Amino acid sequence: MSEPKPGWKKLNEGDVLPAGTAEKFETGDWRSERPTWHPERCIQCLFCWIYCPDSSILVKDQKMTGIDYQHCKGCGICARECPVKPEKAITMGPERE
Amino acid sequence: MAKIVAKTGNEAMAEAMRQINPDVVAAYPITPATEIVMIFAQFVADGLVDTQYVAVESEHSAMSACVGASAAGGRVMTGTSSQGLALMYEILPIAAALRLPIVMCDVNRAISGPINIHCDHSDTMAARDFGWIQIFSENSQEAYDSLLQAIRIAEDPRVHLPTMIMTDGFIISHCLDKIEILEDAEVKDFVGKERKSAVSLLDLNKPVSIGSLDLQDYYFEHRLQVAQAMKDSKKVILEIAEEFGKKFGRKYGLFEEYKTADAEYIIVALGSTCGTAKMVVDEMRDGGIKAGLLKIRVFRPFPAEEISQVLSKAKAVAVLDRSDSWSAQGGQVFTEIRSALFDLKAKPRLINYIYGLGGREITLDHLRSVYSALQKAESQPLVQYLGVRE
Amino acid sequence: MATLKDLSTRHEPLTGGHRLCPGCGASIVARQILLASKDPVVVVCATGCLEVSTTIFPFTAWTVPYLHNAFENAAATLSGVEACYQAFKKQGKIDKQIQFVAFGGDGGTYDIGLQSLSGAMERGHDLLYVCYNNEAYMNTGVQRSGATPKGANTSTEPVGKVKQGKVEWRKDLTEIMVAHGIPYVAQSVVGNWADLTRKAEKAFSIRGPKFINVLQPCRLGWGYKPEDTCVLGRLAVETCFWPIYEVENGVYKINSKPKEKKPVVEYLKTQDRFRHLFKPGNEHLLEEIQKGTDERWEKLLAKEGGSKA
Repeated sequence: MSEPKPGWKKLNEGDVLPAGTAEKFETGDWRSERPTWHPERCIQCLFCWIYCPDSSILVKDQKMTGIDYQHCKGCGICARECPVKPEKAITMGPERE
Repeated sequence: MAKIVAKTGNEAMAEAMRQINPDVVAAYPITPATEIVMIFAQFVADGLVDTQYVAVESEHSAMSACVGASAAGGRVMTGTSSQGLALMYEILPIAAALRLPIVMCDVNRAISGPINIHCDHSDTMAARDFGWIQIFSENSQEAYDSLLQAIRIAEDPRVHLPTMIMTDGFIISHCLDKIEILEDAEVKDFVGKERKSAVSLLDLNKPVSIGSLDLQDYYFEHRLQVAQAMKDSKKVILEIAEEFGKKFGRKYGLFEEYKTADAEYIIVALGSTCGTAKMVVDEMRDGGIKAGLLKIRVFRPFPAEEISQVLSKAKAVAVLDRSDSWSAQGGQVFTEIRSALFDLKAKPRLINYIYGLGGREITLDHLRSVYSALQKAESQPLVQYLGVRE
Repeated sequence: MATLKDLSTRHEPLTGGHRLCPGCGASIVARQILLASKDPVVVVCATGCLEVSTTIFPFTAWTVPYLHNAFENAAATLSGVEACYQAFKKQGKIDKQIQFVAFGGDGGTYDIGLQSLSGAMERGHDLLYVCYNNEAYMNTGVQRSGATPKGANTSTEPVGKVKQGKVEWRKDLTEIMVAHGIPYVAQSVVGNWADLTRKAEKAFSIRGPKFINVLQPCRLGWGYKPEDTCVLGRLAVETCFWPIYEVENGVYKINSKPKEKKPVVEYLKTQDRFRHLFKPGNEHLLEEIQKGTDERWEKLLAKEGGSKA
């Protein structure tokens, strides 16, 4: 964020923000592990989507379509909750090799 | 046609609230303010107002609910005193920071301890640093008129600050007086049918987050906005008072100057004591003493420049504080006036009397003694306590 | 009841980019509760982890109208919002059904927020209060709350040379809410999305005050790997440590009766905050906790039996 912060005259009155501005804040750099989605194994149960604390499982037309790596913190809940056996449709691996 | 009626201060304020017909009133009882919300609750029960009345379980919740309702875009009012106001202290600065135009009646009552239900100004004086506009009333008429103006002041886009209107507990709140009440339609016309709020939680088309955490990089800027609004409110208060005066004939300002133009000895006071003081001023004048009274109406924002101009030519001034700040240097009003006069080249001898705590009566004799003392002001101690037993 | 596919088409209430810990259950609670509403929602949040981490100016993760006032007054604040809504409805300014939801942690609900919650419930406002219960004042460093279970290590009732963590049993706030006689009270958990969303849906269909107490595992305060948040929630239910049940108009229904009740130690051994209980000399504490858990479970079963029409 290299933009200069607004002065008091420019800020909205009264500690008000328009909805959803945190979308612009990157938390993907928190990860030390990253999830990988294996669509060929995915049964589209959407457990990963409903349990992701960071709204980082992308869905479209009632289907999971991928992972939002800008925000995913690598907590591993999606992989843990994935019910697919014997190999899960989401697996955790190191963020950096 | 306005009509003359007999009303106590509480009744007058409740009547003003009925005519304003706010969207939400969230209130809790406390002596001596209880009647305002009790009378209002009867209006609700009789269908005389459209207000949603929230009978909260504490004053902290009262102010919290007011914040919620005001953030939702509603016109919101409440009333309290003393410990009730104290319980609200956590939320009062939040209301100001969120720029919510909540209007509150505070019936001045001493802050505990010891517990005392009678009049002094300690409750609202302790709240002077929270960013609320504070307007004092001498009598029921002023309370009624100021409450109507408060809606316009608070909701003015240049202000957007919560506002409290004070009356002296029991002395004015429970004292039957003759006042002129406006027509319902005149009030509706003056305050406006509804609040026009730019931001509202209930505006689903423009969802907002209100009340975010500020870290070190934003808090200061947000606070400066409140400081500016408080500065700007002075002009707005005068504009609204002028409009009120033109429409309804009663003039208001930041303060009232009673025979101060050529006064050598001036008392400064707030609230009902001023009524008593005016009598003593007249008496002094009849006796050839150039006495005067400066009645402060608007305490926040503090009209420092304007007050200095009124007081600068006097020989001696006594500031009467109906509260102590425990600074060991005098009361709050005294300290602020002293600061206001500091840069003047020619300034009066300024002394302080702390009086009337816990409802201790202030009499004509007391005030006469103050004017006597002012005539020997150089020999007076800086701070004295008036009316206490040694 | 809405399926996950149905829910996935709804408006996402929280964006990514908030600063909650990886694996935090609080945002899972918020998402699941709010996704369950078909109507627009307005949220009030008490000071706490959820509030602080989702709204650091100028970033807010909330995509729905949101207000934060102070710590102990989410219920009172939301009461005011709801009152204004009722006023506007009467005046014809609004005709939509809006769902009003308060979120408070156990700190802001069981303890400092209890009065304001009780008042709001007694007054009958049309709102849902959700307690995301991680059993301590997590945001300020894991201090004990009235919700902290017996034996847990917290920073204000820590394990030391003469004390072994919290001495007192946790307060039963869910039962306190039942005693308020409100139309719907429920206990749920992070890790059972079907239970939580169904209960939220049920709550949203009722006009009046509703309360849901959600056990929310906290990886930092409880001490476990972030990926296990949902697993631990389910384990709390399987050991009857945290029963999931609902009380609708005074009628109790327990939603999960484990066929083989797992011993409580299965749950306790998974978390650092209970690690000291497994030291030699503390066996009696484990026994007490099992006994207490069993007693509460039996009492709950009896309440269910006694409340059938």
